[in-house]
Amino acid sequence: MKILVCITHVPDTTSRIAFTDDHTKFDSNGVQYIIGPYDDYALARAVELKEELGASITALHVGGPEADPTIRKALAIGADNAIRVNVQGEDSYHVAQQIAAVAKEHEYDLILMGRESIDFNGGQVHGMVGALLNIPSISPVMKLIIEDGVAHMAREIEGGKELVEVPLPLVAGCQEPIAEWKIPNMRGIMSARSKPLEIVAPIDSESRTSTLKFQLPPAKGSVKMIGADQVEELVTLLKNEAKVL
Amino acid sequence: MSILVFVEGDQGKIKNSSREAVSYAAAMEQSPVVALALGSFQATELETLGTNGADKVLHASSAQLDQGIIQAYASVWAQALEQSDADTLVLAKSALGDAVAARVSVLSNASIGSNVVELPDTSDGFKVKRSIYSGKAFAHMKLNSDRRILTLNKNAIELKTDGESAQVEQFNPELNQQDFKVTITSTDRATGEILLPEADIVVSGGRGLKGPENWHLIEDLALALGAATSCSKPVSDMEWRPHHEHVGQTGLKVSPSLYIAIGISGAIQHLAGVNSSKVIVVINKDPEAPFFKAADYGIVGDAFEVVPKLTAAINSSK
Repeated sequence: MKILVCITHVPDTTSRIAFTDDHTKFDSNGVQYIIGPYDDYALARAVELKEELGASITALHVGGPEADPTIRKALAIGADNAIRVNVQGEDSYHVAQQIAAVAKEHEYDLILMGRESIDFNGGQVHGMVGALLNIPSISPVMKLIIEDGVAHMAREIEGGKELVEVPLPLVAGCQEPIAEWKIPNMRGIMSARSKPLEIVAPIDSESRTSTLKFQLPPAKGSVKMIGADQVEELVTLLKNEAKVL
Repeated sequence: MSILVFVEGDQGKIKNSSREAVSYAAAMEQSPVVALALGSFQATELETLGTNGADKVLHASSAQLDQGIIQAYASVWAQALEQSDADTLVLAKSALGDAVAARVSVLSNASIGSNVVELPDTSDGFKVKRSIYSGKAFAHMKLNSDRRILTLNKNAIELKTDGESAQVEQFNPELNQQDFKVTITSTDRATGEILLPEADIVVSGGRGLKGPENWHLIEDLALALGAATSCSKPVSDMEWRPHHEHVGQTGLKVSPSLYIAIGISGAIQHLAGVNSSKVIVVINKDPEAPFFKAADYGIVGDAFEVVPKLTAAINSSK
């Protein structure tokens, strides 16, 4: 089985979000970058499937060389090889076209990625890739088992989950608890250095949106503290001041 | 050019978030507003979409569409866009809606703006403001295609309720069996509770509750408020509560009018799921809990004492 895991290179969840150049650029000063936490779940499940069934895992990233350490981490966790499409992703459609081009060339049985990136939170790329390849796309997937070429999945819905069966190939947007995050061990880190990371040129593709400007939310006013024996006061404030009751 | 709005149901009722999406389309003041409903619905339920601003409802009532098969839904939406001559498709953000919208954007050559938080600016092109970095920032985006799809965050617009009744038309899309490769074998859905992404008020519990046996404190307060319940990641990881109740960076992101956090310290990963809430109340016995910095109102106190008192106060204030 051939598995493609698409990973994002995103600011750590605890990063301070700020912008430069008159709010047109993300301020990466002092920001630590990680594999997107949802993509990390997808990768962890791919590694488990490899252990259970035997598989080859390719990690794919669309972006510049600054992401190479993040890609090496995916190799250390258990991907066999990696591909980086050497272009800055412009929007979800732009990235989806690049992923679909790689997928068409190598014909994967299973394409996994996170349900969404944690920078733009669009949650669109898996569906777009599925549509571009004309194969099913399922998201958000919280359980994935492969048996005889059929994927058995649990997909989260509002208020619960549904169980879904789909013959391969397919695209899945993953989330917890599909697998436990894996921390690379020393052997993984050493072997990652010699695993192939192929840099490929992008295909011609279009973006359909442009980002004009970023904005930070207004600073939160200070908290109003209420005594533990004054809960009636809280009810009054929620009714008359905040007007939410 | 018309605006098409995908409306989603839950147990036969139109979801409130879908009614918000119809209200949003109506507020764009571009007519007509055409709602699209898939699967079994009572005509009398669909007509009520008129009160939210729909001029017409297209109803594809085939029982094959009772289940949310992503590929099949995408094909039906694309056909509806084509036939209704709509240049804009609006829907409320949801697990199903997001998954379908992405495919439709490819099928129908549409730009997509996700997690939109307010009405578009159409003075020069088509611009939307969307939430990014899990609610920690916004981006102003221009959607460049002739067609666009907007997925809306909760509370992007005030619900409209003063419209007329809408006329319901049968819509018969072509259903291609190729789109039904996915089989949904079972659905496990808590019945009778208020859906978390739909809820205007959310009461959330964390490790401070000490165990699942104490969840009645959360549930009683939620009942008094007509609220949904949710939980922090550790609570879902320890399986005190099911995963679909987990809000935070890797769980659900909610934006209710009121979020009440009880016994949750407020790690940055948790805040990422709730910081778009209008008003946040934090109840925690640790005065140093970081959540107080993100709160509008706070009470330092023991949840086991404060919460029952608060529930009683809400009930007696009605």
